[in-house]
Amino acid sequence: MVEVIEIRIPSQPKFLKIIRAGMNHICETMGFSQEESNNITLAVDEACSNIIKHAYGGSTNQPIHVKCVLSEDRLEVILRDFGRKADESEIKSRELDDVRPGGLGVHLIKSVMDIVRYDNSYEQGNQLQLVKYVRRKS
Amino acid sequence: MELEVDKKENYSILKIKGDVDLYSSPQVRKQIIPLVSKKNANLLVNFAEVTYMDSSGVATLVEALQLTTRNGGKLRLFNLGQSIKDVFELSRLDRVFEIYENEQQALEGIL
Repeated sequence: MVEVIEIRIPSQPKFLKIIRAGMNHICETMGFSQEESNNITLAVDEACSNIIKHAYGGSTNQPIHVKCVLSEDRLEVILRDFGRKADESEIKSRELDDVRPGGLGVHLIKSVMDIVRYDNSYEQGNQLQLVKYVRRKS
Repeated sequence: MELEVDKKENYSILKIKGDVDLYSSPQVRKQIIPLVSKKNANLLVNFAEVTYMDSSGVATLVEALQLTTRNGGKLRLFNLGQSIKDVFELSRLDRVFEIYENEQQALEGIL
């Protein structure tokens, strides 16, 4: 059975905690380990932070839609914004040997999730699809 | 999130309580930068009550580490829970920072 949960928040950093609480709970109910749940929550939080910083340039009253599709074998998280389109160079994770503040979010997202797919073909805004497979213990 | 600073003769301890994220990390930055801006300033950060940290928190600490190093001081982190250690490992910065199990170990060579 596929279940769909959608959380919508304004692009205000103080509401990121709502996304984290929701993601943690969803991950737990799907049987992800505590470590995986923490990491998935981190990845989704980073993606929302990037929307606030880059797509909306810090504006705090714009919509962020986080749609979670819970299937037997995977969690799919689709993040939609209606802000400035991301360009490819901004989406790349930076060289980690270069120790400096900033630019870590994309690296964390890619390290944690099995699929990370950007879609900026929308007339307005961006969509980011994140997928994590459930690895059942046999 | 709450911050507590304990200033000693040749070091300070910053205790962070709660979530360090895009919302709260500017507050951490505001507190931490003056603590590491003086020559030979040593700062120990107690993570015992940090419940969550994202890349903006890590970035703030990277900035503080660079300042500390430039000023001839030390920045040491201690009492990190597993989820916080995981963020440093995922960032591949666990070997860049001096991370200690507890306050006593973090103070070695500073006292």
